Order: sequence, then structure tokens, then C-alpha cells
Amino acid sequence: MIISIASGKGGTGKTTIATNLALSIKKRVQFLDCDVEEPNAHIFLKPQIQRTEAVSIPVPEIDESKCNFCGRCQEICAYNALAVLKDKVLTFHHLCHGCGGCRLLCPLNAIKEVDREIGVIEVGSSNNLQFIHGRLNINEMMSPPLIRAVKDCIIPTKIVIIDAPPGTSCPVIEAVKNSDFCILVTEPTPFGLNDLVLAVEVLRRLGIPFGVVINRSDIGDDKVDNFCHKDNIPILMRIPFNKQIAIAYSEGIPIIDTISEYKKEFVALYKNIVKIVR
Amino acid sequence: MEICITSKGDNLDSQIDPRFGRCQYFIFVDPETFEFEAIQNPNIDAMGGAGIQSGQLIAGKQVKTIITGNVGPNAFQTLQAAGVDVITSVAGSVKETVEKYVRGELKPIQGPSVNSKFGMP
Repeated sequence: MIISIASGKGGTGKTTIATNLALSIKKRVQFLDCDVEEPNAHIFLKPQIQRTEAVSIPVPEIDESKCNFCGRCQEICAYNALAVLKDKVLTFHHLCHGCGGCRLLCPLNAIKEVDREIGVIEVGSSNNLQFIHGRLNINEMMSPPLIRAVKDCIIPTKIVIIDAPPGTSCPVIEAVKNSDFCILVTEPTPFGLNDLVLAVEVLRRLGIPFGVVINRSDIGDDKVDNFCHKDNIPILMRIPFNKQIAIAYSEGIPIIDTISEYKKEFVALYKNIVKIVR
Repeated sequence: MEICITSKGDNLDSQIDPRFGRCQYFIFVDPETFEFEAIQNPNIDAMGGAGIQSGQLIAGKQVKTIITGNVGPNAFQTLQAAGVDVITSVAGSVKETVEKYVRGELKPIQGPSVNSKFGMP
């Protein structure tokens, strides 16, 4: 079973929910931090990293001795990563998404692909769980292929917990795709609600069942609650604002190690999700 | 030989558009006769690489010099490879700009004037 944790708005508590949920489930858990632009779950799970692998995407290299500058490659590139001039072809590798279309459609076979490294994945373990995350290179924009590489490590027989990046664009879709369930973590503020509504639209479009966790639930207003009731979205858990949790967070300590009663709540959250999915 | 000026409108009285890749219009002018042709920029809404696309458009037009507000690194590389001189930091109307160019007051730059994504909305 694959459970992803997303949010829309950043800083609502995705990693808090994901790590505490993973630590509360007693069996065969695999934890994937897919927020490859700024992974932080390792701060709470403290895994021993056993293996690091470089991840690359294929980018075009032009053999100008074979090229007749027909411009076909540039026409089909949706991201303008190629510029064909009168007697020259320029390639902009940082704009290339690595689809391979230019090589495939070049009538003269003048394009070959070379690897461009975009980041690494690190695989390790922490107590009973397997830990994998991606780290995108600095100044790199192409995160979806790295997220795919992290997700290629999924072992379907395990309980897979995916910590997704914030937002609602390509990296989020790549991270939550093929989940059996998605937890949307939000806060009861106008910003939390605005981005929750967007995230709900994305998940409905992807056909992924979901529910909401409201963090800092005793601040703000009741508009998130009203939205969920109106749209029949289950509210799975509420975590009130608590200074003890905030202090533990700042020291990299999971909630369940600070306030042990929360462990029961996270186990209940998991069981509730299993019931909804089955 | 023609020059090209990025413009907010489609005639010589229009103001220069300070963005290159995502400008409203390209105005191609013959600096001797002031005859011109305005082309609406098809790359305004490009997801990325607008500067590269606009650079190619200019390269395909036999233009000697492009005059604009700013040019980013990708557009500059494309224009340089195509042998087009780049003049930046110019403001005012298209007509005044052509006159300044004719008087030799405008000098080409040797590198990009701004970073990538400068002209993103």
C-alpha cells in the first residue's frame, strides 16, 4: 500500500505527519522523501545511509557533420532546449526534460544522447524502516526525473510512505501518482484553505482517494472545516498548536517521542486509511 | 541592412519594450529609409526558452543589430551565435532609438545584461 502526504501550501506539517506515521506503524515500512528540492525527513528519522546513486537524464548532443539544419528537433522541443541557426545548432541542456523526442525524430540520425547528472538518491535504514530520498543538485530545476528515480525503489509488498513536495505542479503530481491514498495536511488559515482547494482538484483529477489532517487546528478560522464538510472530505486527524511539539520539531525529534499518546493517534490514522482504501 | 527593436506597440511612435524574449512586438526597420515592419511576438507565453525562440526569429531575418532593454544569457548566446549585435539599456520611442542608432550613439554589449527568467511575468 502506498500512502502519500501532500499539502498544497508549504510548511503545514507534511514531514511531521509522514515521519510520525511511519514510526508508528510497526511493520515493513518503506519511507520515501520525494521533496527532492529540500528533503528534510532524514532529520527526524536519522537513517544510516548505505548507498548513494547518481541520477542523470539524457540530453541531446548534435553531430554537426551529419546535420543539415532542417530544424525538426527544435520544432518538436516543447521547452525550447534547442536553437537551430543557419549553420549551427545550440543546445540548452538545463532546459531539456530528457524526453528523447529530438533524437527519435532527427531524419539524419545526427543526435545522440549524453547523460547529465541532476542529483543523487540515497538509500539507507533507520530501525525497522527502509529510507530513501533524493537530493537535487543546487541550481537544478528538473526534479520530476529524480522523484521517479526515488519511486523506482518502491517495494510493493511494503507499506510505502511518501513525503511529497509542496505545491500542485509537476513535482507533486510525480510524487503522489499511483498512491492508494493521499493525506492532505493543511492549517486553518486562508492560505491553508486556498492551497488545499487546489490540491483537492489535483487529486480528484488523478483519481486518488484522500483525506485531510488539520495541523495547528485550534488557531485560525473554521473555513477549512466548512469546506471539508461541504465536499464530503474526511478529516482524519487534528493536531492542536502545542509549544512542546514545536520545540521538539526544532530539535529534530518526532512528536511521538515527546508526547507518547500521539503514537495511538497515528496508529488510528493508519488503520482509518486502511479501512477507507479497502 | 535592417535593425530590429523590441516594442510595446506596432509603429515607430511606440515605446521600446524593455524585455527581449517576451516583448510585445519586434519592429524591423531600415535605418536609412525608416521603412518598417512590425511582427507580433509569438513567444510571449512560452513556458520557457522565450529568449531562445525570439533569438531564432531574429536570426532568421538577416538582422545586423537588435536593440532592446535587457537580454538574458540564453538569448544572448543565440543572438551571438547568429552574428547579431546586441544593444541594451535603451528606452524611449522606436523612432528616437533609430535616430540615436544612425548617429552612432548606441554601442553593442559583450555579454547578457540580466539573468535567466528576468522577463517572466
